[in-house]
Amino acid sequence: MGASFVPITVFTVFWGVVGIVCPFFAPKGPNRGIIQVVLMLTAATCWLFWLCAYMAQMNPLIGPRLDNETLIWISQTWGKSYKQ
Amino acid sequence: MGSLFRSEEMTLCQLFLQSEAAYACVSELGELGLVQFRDLNPDVNAFQRKFVNEVRRCDEMERKLRYLEKEIRRDGIPMLEIPGEVPEAPQPREMIDLEATFEKLENELREVNQNAEALKRNYLELTELKHILRKTQVFFDEMADPSREEEQVTLLGEEGLMAGGQALKLGFVAGVILRERIPAFERMLWRACRGNVFLRQAEIDTPLEDPSSSDQVYKSVFIIFFQGDQLKTRVKKICEGFRATLYPCPEAPADRREMAMGVMTRIEDLNTVLGQTQDHRHRVLVAAAKNIKNWFVKVRKIKAIYHTLNLFNLDVTQKCLIAECWVPALDMETIQLALRRGTERSGSSVPPILNRMETLEDPPTYNRTNKFTSAFQNLIYAYGVATYREVNPAPYTIITFPFLFAVMFGDLGHGALMAAFGFWMCYKEKPLQAKKIDSEIWNIFFGGRYIVLLMGLFSMYTGLIYNDIFSKSLNIFGSSWQNNYNESTLRENKALQLNPDSEDYLQYPYAFGIDPVWQLAEANKIIFMNAYKMKISIIIGVFHMLFGVCMSLWNHIYFKRRISIYVEFIPQIMFLTLLFFYMVLLMFIKWTTYGPSPPYFGSQDPEIVKTSGFCAPSILITFINMMLFKTDANTRPQCDPTMFAGQIGLQKFFVILALMCVPVMLFGKPYYLMKEQKKRASQGHQSMEAAAENGAAGGAPAPAPRGHDDDITEVFIHQAIHTIEYVLGSVSHTASYLRLWALSLAHAQLAEVAWNMLLRKGLKSAGYQGGIYLYVVFAGWAAISVSILVLMEGLSAFLHTLRLHWVEFQSKFYSGEGYLFQPFSFEVILDSAGQTEE
Repeated sequence: MGASFVPITVFTVFWGVVGIVCPFFAPKGPNRGIIQVVLMLTAATCWLFWLCAYMAQMNPLIGPRLDNETLIWISQTWGKSYKQ
Repeated sequence: MGSLFRSEEMTLCQLFLQSEAAYACVSELGELGLVQFRDLNPDVNAFQRKFVNEVRRCDEMERKLRYLEKEIRRDGIPMLEIPGEVPEAPQPREMIDLEATFEKLENELREVNQNAEALKRNYLELTELKHILRKTQVFFDEMADPSREEEQVTLLGEEGLMAGGQALKLGFVAGVILRERIPAFERMLWRACRGNVFLRQAEIDTPLEDPSSSDQVYKSVFIIFFQGDQLKTRVKKICEGFRATLYPCPEAPADRREMAMGVMTRIEDLNTVLGQTQDHRHRVLVAAAKNIKNWFVKVRKIKAIYHTLNLFNLDVTQKCLIAECWVPALDMETIQLALRRGTERSGSSVPPILNRMETLEDPPTYNRTNKFTSAFQNLIYAYGVATYREVNPAPYTIITFPFLFAVMFGDLGHGALMAAFGFWMCYKEKPLQAKKIDSEIWNIFFGGRYIVLLMGLFSMYTGLIYNDIFSKSLNIFGSSWQNNYNESTLRENKALQLNPDSEDYLQYPYAFGIDPVWQLAEANKIIFMNAYKMKISIIIGVFHMLFGVCMSLWNHIYFKRRISIYVEFIPQIMFLTLLFFYMVLLMFIKWTTYGPSPPYFGSQDPEIVKTSGFCAPSILITFINMMLFKTDANTRPQCDPTMFAGQIGLQKFFVILALMCVPVMLFGKPYYLMKEQKKRASQGHQSMEAAAENGAAGGAPAPAPRGHDDDITEVFIHQAIHTIEYVLGSVSHTASYLRLWALSLAHAQLAEVAWNMLLRKGLKSAGYQGGIYLYVVFAGWAAISVSILVLMEGLSAFLHTLRLHWVEFQSKFYSGEGYLFQPFSFEVILDSAGQTEE
């Protein structure tokens, strides 16, 4: 599996805090229920969306087809320069 | 519970009001806006109701106020908005004072207007006379001119011969006529008098004001010379016909001069008087303009109260009024307080009585919303008002609506523009509301300002995940793809593909969103994005629909429809889960199972090949084969035909189980109802009283359907329709969610075209002229981005996500057959009256 430990934990914990922990601290008042629902749904939808993007790229089946100029450029700017 | 998840509990109440206190109590209830009155006199004509006279008086007052308003507007005097609080409805005795004030104002204004008109008419006549005196001077001079003697002679010729040398004097009439009528006037004179009259005319340069219509018209002075009395009468008749005003003009020049001076003095006097009249009118109107909005509010409130009082029933003993009203159960206390206040204000001793009534009718649906939630609630109501006490989809719509919009709109740049617009509207809420802008389009956007803000914020999030800002990508965490081709390969090949099953891919994905390299891969970006976006559309869709079916469970539990849980909810959720949620699971399995196998890149080991990209099956084909119980011929012998062990058997089991759910949905409820009927019928034979009790106790809190025998076919048909709708709907709705993919693809492509065709050309231009060129091109790109990509695409995505909510989500649980609670509220009445005015 191409999954990496750090991003998964970070984002799952982040949305977990937003969606599971924060509702307990929702301010008391007539809107408490609404705020809890809003927090939970936001966390669920945003986490799911991030997860799908992550999992779709974990084990890619095809790679990008780039122009030779683009390949030269990403070699120079994104780090690893190309071999001679 | 008093919250947004379900509509409020309503009670039908009877209200007993003493006649003296009735007005004050209704006024208090109107301020509160929590009570919906029922019409207890539906058969009574509007003219026979008790308070018809008062309503008529209010109408009269409103008419006078409207006349005043028209006059104020005509003069362009600004009307002061109501400072501070809206005034309360005045007491009935104050009504008489108001009537007197309005009467006086109206009479004064009418009088002033009449006087002004008369004065203006006078002024017009004097001005015309002045012009006549001036212009006819020229004519008389010409007449005395010897060079014109010939004409004179000719004119006099015939008559002179016939009359035999009498002293022939030419008579004349002078007047003023509209310029447009001169040609026809001349022709008519020529024909009628057989050419024996002589017309001279001169145009008046300045336009004159018509007193009745206040238009500026152009007129001409004319003078007609004739001989004899017959011609004179004829000429005068023609002048009358053409509405020319004739003026007495003295012949002698000295007289004319004297008259001219007199006219000038009179004109000046008139001017002064006119000026003073206008000043007086202006003062009256300014004084009225200070209070007119206030008065409007008061009169409208009085009228509303009397309209409501007309709905009440008068008690036989004529002592009190009875009203029936729908009231939210939680607000009984507040209403009691309001009633007590009203009774105190009117000075009555008898307290009003608020009585609960039992009823089998459907109460209205009432949801307590604030300025944030009301926009989303209105989106739901636009499709159908919720049935009484059914689950309300609005609180979930607060998040799912912007989220689905954002999946279709996902662009960080456009999302930021939308969020900024929404934020500005929400931040400047109060000043913008106070402005009362008339434009309907603006009001629509302003009403949905919180929706726009949320849509913008979610679009920024999905834009970050799609890694798309104005069709460019951001590299924040470092791309997971790198170049390993050497220089000679790069020189020889125009385009090269990176292979994930090699060092090109760093074997861990980009941490947040789509890798930035894909935006650079113009050749096959779409292939990858299509596969990704279609899958997430189906995943989101299936979760959304499952959520909808679970809401129906909540409804069944609340309304105590236990049998529906067994024969409706359980088969429904099984059908959806076994088929479509299974497909979602297959997607997740495909994402995890198939891919590169580090560190054995490109290995031919059969076990490794089986999990490589080469062997990844198509989810769609798998699903189709599953439904058709088909197996394809294995075109790739080194790959496994299935994704996991026992897949074929499991799929067959799922399909058969799902198909077995259909007859349960189709026949379960009718069968159960038939059994209930037989049980009731057989028990009814045993004892009549027991049957009555059973019938009453066996029903749920919601009115129980009386299962007569002829209704059973109805139940069958009803259930068949629902089952077919659900089963076919689950397939078509799942596919319908693919619009999330379609619209996001369209948006991305449009943004790319705008960038490549416009801004890129501007950025690539060089030199000083390039700078100017970039300046112009940026304007074009910005205009296209805002108008097409933000506005047009935004409206389009809004519409599609609205459809997804209304049809795909709500059809799973929402019946929407209620009617809205429309309380008697002054705020609502004043708002709607203010709007119809404009």
